[in-house]
Order: sequence, then structure tokens, then C-alpha cells
Amino acid sequence: MSAAIHTDMNDMLPEAPVSRLEARVTAANAAGRPALVPFLTAGFPTLDRFWEEMDGLDRGGADVIEIGVPFSDPVADGPVVEAASLRALENGVTLRWILDGLKARAGRYDAELVLMGYYNPFLQYGLENLAADAAAAGVAGFIVPDLPLEEDAEMRALLAARGIDLIALVGPNTSEERMAEYAAVASGYVYVVSVLGITGVREGLPPEVPQTLARARKAFRLPLALGFGIKEPKQLEGFPDRPDAVVFGSALLRHIDAGNSAESFLAAWK
Amino acid sequence: MKKGYFGEFGGQFVPELLMPPLRELEAAMRDILPSDKFRAELDDLLRNFAGRETPLTACPTLSAELGVHLWLKREDLLHTGAHKVNNTLGQALLAKYMGKTALVAETGAGQHGVATAAAAARLGMECVIYMGATDVVRQAPNVMRMKLLGAKVVPVQSGTKTLKDAINEALRYWIAQQDSTHYCFGTAAGPHPFPTLVRDLQCVIGRETRAQMLERTGRLPDMVVACVGGGSNAIGMFHPFVDDASVRIVGVEAAGTGEPGCYNSAPINLGRPGVLHGQMTMLLQDADGQIEPSHSVSAGLDYPGVGPEHAHLGAIGRAVYGMATDSQALEAFQALTRREGIIPALESSHALAWVLNNRGKLPAGGHVVVNLSGRGDKDMEIVREVLFREGELA
Repeated sequence: MSAAIHTDMNDMLPEAPVSRLEARVTAANAAGRPALVPFLTAGFPTLDRFWEEMDGLDRGGADVIEIGVPFSDPVADGPVVEAASLRALENGVTLRWILDGLKARAGRYDAELVLMGYYNPFLQYGLENLAADAAAAGVAGFIVPDLPLEEDAEMRALLAARGIDLIALVGPNTSEERMAEYAAVASGYVYVVSVLGITGVREGLPPEVPQTLARARKAFRLPLALGFGIKEPKQLEGFPDRPDAVVFGSALLRHIDAGNSAESFLAAWK
Repeated sequence: MKKGYFGEFGGQFVPELLMPPLRELEAAMRDILPSDKFRAELDDLLRNFAGRETPLTACPTLSAELGVHLWLKREDLLHTGAHKVNNTLGQALLAKYMGKTALVAETGAGQHGVATAAAAARLGMECVIYMGATDVVRQAPNVMRMKLLGAKVVPVQSGTKTLKDAINEALRYWIAQQDSTHYCFGTAAGPHPFPTLVRDLQCVIGRETRAQMLERTGRLPDMVVACVGGGSNAIGMFHPFVDDASVRIVGVEAAGTGEPGCYNSAPINLGRPGVLHGQMTMLLQDADGQIEPSHSVSAGLDYPGVGPEHAHLGAIGRAVYGMATDSQALEAFQALTRREGIIPALESSHALAWVLNNRGKLPAGGHVVVNLSGRGDKDMEIVREVLFREGELA
């Protein structure tokens, strides 16, 4: 499926390099559905089961899989992702283990892969080595929640040189002007944070989500992925403008932690 | 230089959701802090509520032993027991001018929590304090003080359950409550503009010291010494002397128990550059960039990072950063108590310990000022335990 999409996109835009992430989300939308973007902390719940669940997510129809790179101090995350992160660290997970594991499995996943993690582990790995190893491991994008526009130029440039996107994050308190600044450099898709808060920990979506999406729609030509607090399709019912992609993190981790398979979580969305 | 950087250190490594309140704070620093009305009101609070100016005390006995003129800047005499209140009154008042109705803060030993709670009570603001669950147990009297002052104290159960985790949790709370709440950060660290804001509010220490030295001795000190955890008392003392080449600047980090490889709180000496809590700075971390637990007998120094301006002053050699161990600090604690009749905080005891253990590095016959950042009342239980164990206290 992905090969065909790449060909189509390349035919449409023969000059510009097309982001694999953007193409994948656009293809899902062309099929009449939002792209499915599960988040799974690397090494959770155990080292072996993580790779099993990766396969399950891939089989289950994930368009993009965000792999959480664990960090000791995840300030943008709620208790579920933080606990998963600390458990993964106890299991011995390192960024090198993740990249080596992905390299060994290169070409195995139909889904595109994104690494999501805090800046310090990436920085200590060495940003140039990171970009090279991530490219070799088939990684299409990075999300770094503590790396705002003011600080991201070096990492963005090193990743771009390898054809890897650095995903922009915006939220309910991001102004149109600020979004426009991100739009000037952004690629892949845009991660729209649904709420002024942290991942997980809420039942419904806040009422201002449609306004946030509308502002982002104006500022970006890229697909919009909605995340933080997303669990089931009915949360998006009645939205005037549906997001192009949906990200599930805490709800999926809880589902897995309760002994269920990642694949079964995606069933509700298909 | 990039905005909010001190050389290679500093910056704003925070989630995008925190950029608007940080920019709002930058604007307030620019527009409100310098105004005459604000300055006058803060000055009145510092003078008549907190007890400034603080004395500069000569230490005749220790001076004779050390062969220098040893002076103490007496921040320990301030209301709530330490320099922290210089910062919390300034930030609370600024928050009030910004239209905020509540303060959130982290605390380790509880000193910053108490100082924030006192400022909030004085100015009629709500107050939420995040404190590691381990520290809540270790520092029960300060928890009681905060509660009496009307603050809500939230024990933090995540991670190492100490200061760094309390900061994580306070940042999370701030993301959600930024409209009504100001994050009253406790030290000259964190994302820009906090390192600059807290420094500017603490610089009253160094400015007073400078004027007092000139008045009392007709000259500047030859050396200023302060303990460094996050480093707010130290940067407050150091900054007004940075451009005086004749003044040697010594920061003292906590070396923990002191044996090689022990847990410590000395990231400038024993750490590497990295990013934590919104800043590029010197950090205790493993090879993979995970933050390591810190340790010091003084909870106020127990932090795996340090303010970025200290990392910079160390990198360019303008300041020297030494270390003192837990036991050296306890010895210095006893020395000051017995010889000069002053019971210092264990944090400040580290600064004094460096002086007592580095006589060869002192300017012979010159003037040395140690910032006595806090008083030791809060440390009675810890000191009793250690000295009792060592048989020095029956």
C-alpha cells in the first residue's frame, strides 16, 4: 500500500521531496478516515511484548506508530505515560536499544515510525549520530515535546538532511501568529494538543478543541493530528472539522497494561 | 547570543504550551519590574515585612584562626529563615500586578515553600506547593508551616519523590492553570526568564554586601563564597561583583558523602551539559541522558542540576566551584555555632566548610564574605541524628 502512495505523491509533486508522514496521513484521509496514530512507550510493558505489540499495531492498521523514548523526567506527560516510561527504564530501555531494534527490523512495518521523546536523551546520543541511525532504522519523524521553535533549529536541520520530519506541536493557547512561525518550518504533520494540560487524565475533550483545530487549519497546509485525551471515535462526533489523524497514548497503554492486545484497541477505529 | 542564554547555557526547553506564560512573564519583567510603584512596594515589603537590610557580621574567632577577615552576610535573619523570601516577595508581587490570583511552587527542604506561602498569605493569594513525598516526611515542620500559612501542600509520588519531581509536577500544574496562576520558581534555574528574574530579585544580597563592605572597610571584599544548589543565594551574592576583577568568586557544591562515585549534588564538578527543567545546564546524568538521583545532607542543595548562569561562570573561569562533603558541612555547622554563636543552615554550612578546608586558597590577611543564606533551626532533627550517631551528643 505504501509504495503505491509514494508513487502517486511523487507523480503529483515531481520536484519537492514528499514527507512520508504527510503522504501517509493524506492517503488515509483519501480513504475516508482519519489516520490512526498509536503511541507506545518503547520497552513497555516488557522488552519482548513491546515488539509483539508493535507487530500488532502494524497488523491492526496503524498508519503511523509513535514510539515513546523513555525519560526520567517527562514534564509534558501524565501519570500513565510517566509510569510506562519509568517501567521501561527499569526494563533497561535505552535510545540505542530502540534504534538497534528498529534497524534489525527495517522494512518490517507497513506503518511509518516516529520517535517521541524528551530532548536530553537525544542530545546525549549526539544529534548527528541520531539522525544517521534514525534514518537507517527507517524512522520518518521525531516529536520532542520540550523543544519549542526557539531551540529546535539544529535538530530540525540535521533531521531534514536525512529526510526526517520534526513534528510541530501546537495547543489551545498557541496564537495564530505563533502557528504561522511554526508553519514556515514545519513538515510531516502537525500535532495539535487538545487541552491545556498533560497527556491522559481526562474523560471528554474540552469544548475549545474545534477552535484550536480551526486556527491550526488556517495556519498550516499540513495534516493535523489531534492528541492528548483521545480514546474512542465518538469523542470526535459533531466536530465541524475532523482532524486528519488521531493520536492515542495513555488510553492504549492502559488497555495493554490491563492484559489486552494493542491490535484490539485499534479495532474500534476501523 | 541567543535569548535567555548565558554563553552556552540557559534557553527555553519547555513544551509549547508553556511558551505563552513565559512570554507573559518576560513582558511583565520588562514593563512592571522597573516601575517606581512596583519598586517602592517591593522595597517596603523587603524592609518592613522581611527584615532587610540584613547585617554583615564579622567573625573574630574564626578570623583569627584562618588568618583572614571573615564576614557573614546574614540572610539567615530574614523572615522565614533564609534568602528565599527575597525572591518570593518579588515574584508574588509581580504576579499580583500581572493579575494572577494564585501561586504554585515546588519545594525541596520546604524553605521555598514556606517563603512562597508567606508571600501568598501576605498578598492575599492562593498557594499550591508541590513537594516530593520523601521530603514531606523528612521536613514535617515546614509542611506544618506551609499549611498554617494557608497553602495546599501536594505530596509528589512520582520518580525519586524529591525536588526534581516536585518541579516536574509544578510545571504540569502550571500548564493547566496558567491563566490564573504564576509559577513562583524557587531558584535561579529553569527556563528563561526565571534564571534572570530570580537573580535580579536576589541581587539585593550582593548589592548590600558591596555597600556594607565599602562603608565598613573602605574596600571591596577579596573573596565572596556561597553554597550552590540551584544557586539563587549564590548568584544574588556573586552577580554584583562579576565585573570587579579583584573579587574572587567561589561557589560551593554539595559533594554528598564524598567517596568516589557517591550520590552528590555537584553537577558543575561532576556532571555534564544537558537539558532538564527547561534549561541547558550542567547535570548529573547517566550515559543515556537519564537524570540521576542527587544527594546531600542539606535538602536545599539536593538537586541534579544548577542554574545556567553558574554553569557559565564556571565554564569561563570567572567563578570557581569547589565542593564540601556532608561531614565537612556538619563540622562547619558546629564550628560556627560554638565559635561565633550562630546556628547556620546545613546549606550555608557547605560554603563555610569550603573556607575552613581550603585555607591555602584564601587571600591571606584579606576580606572573605560568606553568604549565610539560611538559619539552622530547620535542621535540628538531621543534626541531632548525625551527631548522636557519632557519639558527639549524649
